[in-house]
Amino acid sequence: MSRQKNYLKPYKKRRFFKPKEKKLNRSMAGNTLLFVIMAICGVAMIMPLVMVINNCLKPLDELYQFPPKIFVRNPTLENFSDLFTIMNDSWVPFSRYILNTIIITGGGMVGHVIIASLAAYPLAKHNFPGKGILFQMVVLSMMFHWTVTQTPQYMMISWLHINNSYWALILPACSFGMGLYLMKQFMEQLPDSLMESARLDGASEWCIFWKIVMPNVKPAWLTLAIFQFQQMWSNTGSTFLRDEALKPLQYSLQQISAGGMARAGAAAAVTFIIAAVPITFFLICQRNILETMTSSGMKD
Amino acid sequence: MAGNGEISEVKVSQEALDIAKKQATLGYRIKRNKACYMMLAPYFILFFLFTVIPVILSVCFSFTYYNMLEMPEFIGWKNYIKLFLEDDIFMKALKNTMILAVVTGPVSYFLCLLFAWIINEFKGWVRAFLTLIFYAPSICGNAYVVWTLILSGDRYGYLNGFLMDLGILDNAIIWMKTEKYVLPFLIVVQLWLSLGTGFLSFIAGLQTVDKSLYEAAALDGVKNRWQELWYVTLPAMKPQLMFGAVMQITQAFAISDVSIQLAGNPSVNYAGATVVTHLLDYGTVRFEMGYASAIATVLFLLMVGSNLLVQKLLRRVGE
Repeated sequence: MSRQKNYLKPYKKRRFFKPKEKKLNRSMAGNTLLFVIMAICGVAMIMPLVMVINNCLKPLDELYQFPPKIFVRNPTLENFSDLFTIMNDSWVPFSRYILNTIIITGGGMVGHVIIASLAAYPLAKHNFPGKGILFQMVVLSMMFHWTVTQTPQYMMISWLHINNSYWALILPACSFGMGLYLMKQFMEQLPDSLMESARLDGASEWCIFWKIVMPNVKPAWLTLAIFQFQQMWSNTGSTFLRDEALKPLQYSLQQISAGGMARAGAAAAVTFIIAAVPITFFLICQRNILETMTSSGMKD
Repeated sequence: MAGNGEISEVKVSQEALDIAKKQATLGYRIKRNKACYMMLAPYFILFFLFTVIPVILSVCFSFTYYNMLEMPEFIGWKNYIKLFLEDDIFMKALKNTMILAVVTGPVSYFLCLLFAWIINEFKGWVRAFLTLIFYAPSICGNAYVVWTLILSGDRYGYLNGFLMDLGILDNAIIWMKTEKYVLPFLIVVQLWLSLGTGFLSFIAGLQTVDKSLYEAAALDGVKNRWQELWYVTLPAMKPQLMFGAVMQITQAFAISDVSIQLAGNPSVNYAGATVVTHLLDYGTVRFEMGYASAIATVLFLLMVGSNLLVQKLLRRVGE
């Protein structure tokens, strides 16, 4: 951390349009050019999300207007109240969907963070037979997308008889490769002396893991939790869950937004909620996430 | 080592030799690290169940005819022969996937790098805000459905509306149902979505580059920021470059949700078909698991192969 802060210091004194203290190898023309590129691309990137925000505040007549306007004229919260009305009418009580989401995302997050850090610690700090090949397998698993194993995974889940239960979503989520990889890379930075001194005091490996390693890698497990949340949040679970009472919030929200023109307002509200939740989480934890990603590099 | 000969003369007791021998055996080393294996067990049991075994199963089933009801029947290379010689839709899907991957993969990679590099010039809340703006699309869940409104085929669609308002178009174009527009728009949406984990890794990596390297480079005659980028920054963040490449390539080959959401599945004249949508078609609709496994195996080889190739190329950056 201290090194990063030192590195950032020169930026502090530099104001964009009056560069009093000239930074190495930076020209005014270059700065302006890059600023313009950044502004144009930034607007292009954010525009669809601005539309999402504006749409959820538009009354129905503004949603179907020609020519379409991006910005809302008469903002209302009608769409959200519509959404709540639809929610209250739903066949399965809406609180049930929320509970399902909490169980599935919560289980997936906590399970993944604990299991992946448990496995990451020996991979980062111990030498034992088979270490190399196990880690290589995890790295290799990041090189293909989970859609590749979707079909055989479905077979595995039906053979294990965990089909149509929360486990069908939680267990595979616990074994994502990215989490283990990030955790291992982060733990490698911990100084060995930390563990060595605990070992001299007679601490067992488990004790070292819980009392020394885990408190020191807090940014990493927060990051893992957020990434996992993003994954689980967008999962509708429709492949594995058949009972309506087991399905997560995401599923019911998508059902609502598929309701056609009459529900266009509620659908806009749904889109906003779906996007806002993970973005908020990222906003809160941005610093921790970036600190973790520092060590994400592949050394060889 | 000149002293080696003398050291070997030192007498070592038989007992110490035995212990040393014992410690060198595999069994002993495994036993001594028992706690390690216990810690690894929960993760790797799940990892094997849901990742390793599925990959192996996929390869095995690709040589069979299997419909989930009857026992799988071995049919040799027939699935692959059918895939490459008879299945026109697969060839189209493969072509689309290659176009999407070859365009979105490298382009999104360089965009990630470019934006991260520019963001690195800012500081404080501006930097945090810019990071959020560029990263937000990739985590907004399936909020990319807003693109269906932008590309909507009636005149209420933003694109049609604006173009008609400006007088460029007379009639609304049904963008995602017109074959020639499907792929370009899929590329645009995919690029919008693609500044993900790799992008974060770059931003974080740029922060760690040692500042004294820049000063040293300036003394050595580096004259502008572009030279600085090529000779100092990129070599210093090579590990992150490799990680980012894996993320972007894997993502680029797996495009399917966007295509299904925007162009439908099957899309018009299969203009938006990708290998993954084809896989979904056989795996979750027709339940021809053997054939689906063959598709999955081809996709697996494509992804892993191109990843390994790019890793090899990236090792040379700055050398």
